[in-house]
Amino acid sequence: MAAVGVAAAAWPFIDQMNPSAAALALSTVEVDLSPVAAGQQIVVKWRGHPLFVRHRTPAEIDSAKKVEVSSLPDPLARNANKPETASAADEDRVIKPEWLILIGVCTHLGCTPTGFEGDYGGWLCHCHGSQYDTSGRIRKGPAPENLAVPPYAFLTDTRVKVG
Amino acid sequence: MSGPSTYNPKSGFEKWIDQRLPLPRLMHDTIQTFPTPRNLNIWYTFGGILTFCLAVQILTGIVLAMHYVANAGLAFDSVEAIMRDVNYGWLIRFMHANGASMFFLAVYIHMFRGLYYGSYKAPRELIWIIGVLIYLLMMATAFFGYVLPWGQMSFWGATVITNLFSAIPVIGSHIATWLWGDFAVGDATLNRFFSLHYLLPFIIAGVVGLHIWALHVPGNNNPLGIDVKSPQDTVPFHPYYTIKDGFYLCLFVIVFAGFVFYAPDFFGNPDNYEQANPLVTPPDIVPEWYLLPFYAMLRSIPNKLMGVIVMGGAIVTLFFLPWLDTSRVRSCRFRPLMKQFFWALVVVCVLLGYCGSQGVDAAIAGIPLLWVARLATLYYFAFFWILMPIIGLIETPKKLPASIAQSVLGDSAAAAAE
Repeated sequence: MAAVGVAAAAWPFIDQMNPSAAALALSTVEVDLSPVAAGQQIVVKWRGHPLFVRHRTPAEIDSAKKVEVSSLPDPLARNANKPETASAADEDRVIKPEWLILIGVCTHLGCTPTGFEGDYGGWLCHCHGSQYDTSGRIRKGPAPENLAVPPYAFLTDTRVKVG
Repeated sequence: MSGPSTYNPKSGFEKWIDQRLPLPRLMHDTIQTFPTPRNLNIWYTFGGILTFCLAVQILTGIVLAMHYVANAGLAFDSVEAIMRDVNYGWLIRFMHANGASMFFLAVYIHMFRGLYYGSYKAPRELIWIIGVLIYLLMMATAFFGYVLPWGQMSFWGATVITNLFSAIPVIGSHIATWLWGDFAVGDATLNRFFSLHYLLPFIIAGVVGLHIWALHVPGNNNPLGIDVKSPQDTVPFHPYYTIKDGFYLCLFVIVFAGFVFYAPDFFGNPDNYEQANPLVTPPDIVPEWYLLPFYAMLRSIPNKLMGVIVMGGAIVTLFFLPWLDTSRVRSCRFRPLMKQFFWALVVVCVLLGYCGSQGVDAAIAGIPLLWVARLATLYYFAFFWILMPIIGLIETPKKLPASIAQSVLGDSAAAAAE
């Protein structure tokens, strides 16, 4: 009984550390895609994190599709719009192949990787050397997972809502 | 604090106090008459120096908190205002920032001294363990403090360190969110770090009290590592060690002031004079120098969870030190084999620090630093978990002197003094 009482009294003091209502309220953002040409990437802030919105070229899409899923360090899609068990095949990383939308947080220790760098033409994280391909999948370095894909939906052909 | 008290209250007022709150008795017994080995050398003055460092950090910190604003939008500007507008703000902030480095410099010397002279061995295990706890609290405090100026290194340092917790399976990401109070390091994080940065030094002060209390039960170890056998072996703490500690404290303060006045940004990183930007990570993230060896260990492991475990294990290992050393002799002065491995450990720790300060792909004389760091990490763990237990068993120590007095004064003088 005493333990339950102590736990109940402690909980508010623990839970106050979690994101407040104000932090939770800021959790969607709308992005206009029309100014982003093929081969470009824009960075948008979402939930305090950078969000990569990359307009891929056909060559980049091709190189991402050619990779054998079984050869990837992380075989899962990490895509909030697909089932958790979806594979890391390029089709499961995107909704429309030309638009790759990723949370720009290295899955190692949270730095922001730099675009169009590294051996795989995707992203290179300068902090500890993780390299991602043109589908945002981890290929080399200490990061354990592919760059996460946030929940998003196309409102129109050139407008996307993230969160 | 322990043992028979030699306090003798003189006036009626002192007697009145002594019967109600024997604080003067405590002070008299701990810093005046406390019997201290007569052979303590320069390396034993760092306990006093560390107490001084803590006092400086608390004093300058309280002043800085009067001018600092813990808000992500205002923090950086408020620090610049301290540097430019507050009277002597530049001096107090540079004392605080360099004071942290001096604090760690002193604590590393203090720890290696304990390691060399076997000060962690029975009956002083708890002094060592409490000391490691203080070291952990110092690292946490320094980390929280480094975040407060809200520069680029503050922000990304906080991001990397808090993300270490996300390596924990299943609940890791929830712990990280809980630490941040948001989905990334932000205003909520800055506020709680400020609160904790203000709190922890006072916790450290309390634990330092326990450290000294535990020290005053068996008394000081000494460079010979042998027990005090007679009053001949000791001198009263005051005036002998108050003078000695005071002298070396003055030398230490000269070095400290040298940094504050002539190279105030020597330990700092230029990137931290740029305001935090959550969208751009600086090309080279480097922690403060005193954390570099652990950072090198983290980076040398290609797996995230294992890297975090190895880094944490390097500190947790220190808690087991008293039981890993199997030697019956304390001081490395009488341990010819251990002495060599000890100095190799010092070199390895410095080397790890160097590796941590360089980029991920750096090399030295064609050897990738990644592999240097891996070998150095291996030696660090092998030293404590393999070498230490084995050397204690196979080593033949040199002959120990009969007593501290005999060693210091020679046979005849010691006999004459009996």
